[in-house]
Amino acid sequence: MSNVPSEYRYTKSHEWVKIEGDTALIGITDHAQEELGDVVYVELPEVGRVLATDDVFGNVESVKAVSELYAPVAGEVVEVNESLNNNEATINEDPYGNGWMIKLRLKDVAEAEALLTADAYKAEIGE
Amino acid sequence: MTQEDSAALGRTPLYDSHVQAGGRMVPFAGWEMPVQYTGVLPEVRAVRESVGLFDVSHMGRVRVRGADAFAYLQFLTVNDVSRLPDAGGAAQYSLLCLEAGGIIDDIIVYRLAEDEFIVVLNASNREKDLAWMRGHAARYSHLIIEDETEQTALIAVQGPKAIEMVDALSDRDVTMLPRFGLDETVVGDVQTLAARTGYTGEDGVELFCRADRARALWHELVDKGAQPCGLGARDTLRLEAALPLYGHEMDEHTHPYEARLGWVVRTDKRDPFLGKAALKELKEAPRSKVLVGIEMEGRGIPREGYSVLAGDEVVGRVTSGTFSPMRGKGVALARVAAAQGAKGTTLDVEIRGQRHAARVVALPFYKNV
Repeated sequence: MSNVPSEYRYTKSHEWVKIEGDTALIGITDHAQEELGDVVYVELPEVGRVLATDDVFGNVESVKAVSELYAPVAGEVVEVNESLNNNEATINEDPYGNGWMIKLRLKDVAEAEALLTADAYKAEIGE
Repeated sequence: MTQEDSAALGRTPLYDSHVQAGGRMVPFAGWEMPVQYTGVLPEVRAVRESVGLFDVSHMGRVRVRGADAFAYLQFLTVNDVSRLPDAGGAAQYSLLCLEAGGIIDDIIVYRLAEDEFIVVLNASNREKDLAWMRGHAARYSHLIIEDETEQTALIAVQGPKAIEMVDALSDRDVTMLPRFGLDETVVGDVQTLAARTGYTGEDGVELFCRADRARALWHELVDKGAQPCGLGARDTLRLEAALPLYGHEMDEHTHPYEARLGWVVRTDKRDPFLGKAALKELKEAPRSKVLVGIEMEGRGIPREGYSVLAGDEVVGRVTSGTFSPMRGKGVALARVAAAQGAKGTTLDVEIRGQRHAARVVALPFYKNV
């Protein structure tokens, strides 16, 4: 059973979103990191990039596979977790904490309401 | 993949052991095989530092025997079977080639006795190879070809401590077995044929045994501390060791000289063999494409199919790529224009529309045997 914190929102493509006022912290779920295996490379956007919902904002790679990262909501990238660049294992070890990837300033705060709840995401991954 | 397809997948005698050990099962060449247990990185580390265990029972095993077995294999394969001692006890890497020189499969020919061999085939090519083998059998009257894949198992024990571990369990001195040598030995209480071969760039053995003894052998080795490893680790290890994989570095449209396999082809073999005339010509012809090793300068990871560029010109393609745990970088085998194949040549790999600097490097990327 993977960890799905109840206070976060989720996407079908296995990103999590933590809403803090008018910003959203984004990463990949515990289930996603388990499926992917040991992360060895992550490619993240520049601060200032404006993302539309479902835009590819980066990639995360294990030894064997590449997975695209999709913006769960629209907004401007205001912070990027640069520390992941030499510590990719953090994504496996602490996906909901230090493994966060980007922070967005939300274009529309209400948009987050449309994301999956923890229960809906658990159903999505069959847990 | 539909339900029916999934139901039709083969399972090796070790399937239950894989599932019980937490192996993540995936479809591979018609079989359900573990892609990983604990993770690719720890499994690679186990093989590089200690001992890893691989179920390779999905690979085809065909026994070829009879008074004509030698002459038949001499005709079918591009390596020289006469280099294996008459009495048996040794193996050689070889290829099945089309008349035009394209590679049907890469194989290992194990000689058990003067007139008895086991040929190990890629799982993905088993049916094709068997049809090819049987198709060329008609003119040999004393020849028996038996597909023993389902009745047997094959377990690879690989790593710097593999020989020591198997030797401690064996009734023979396994340490004396030369590279590519083979011998019958009882491991634990399981009758095996042990060959000092592998696909990881490490020392080790591959153990053939009866299907119904595979679990006993596997668990004996696990109990002694061998780490079960999946296909993910196996692919990374073989790529670091620059060992080619069928369907990636070679296929029927690729000849051995474009796949760094020219050394396998004995064009000086006295006996005729399939592909001989074409391969003799290809050997002398100027190379247009070569298979080379590429290491990324920065942090990108090259993957199969990515374009390789020199300046603005596409000069080749990645055939296999991965993150190399030993080099700490992205590495790849790539087939490139011969003019761009020299060691030290700087090239770019296009990764998702962006160019990443790379360099042609000496192969293998890593090897410890």
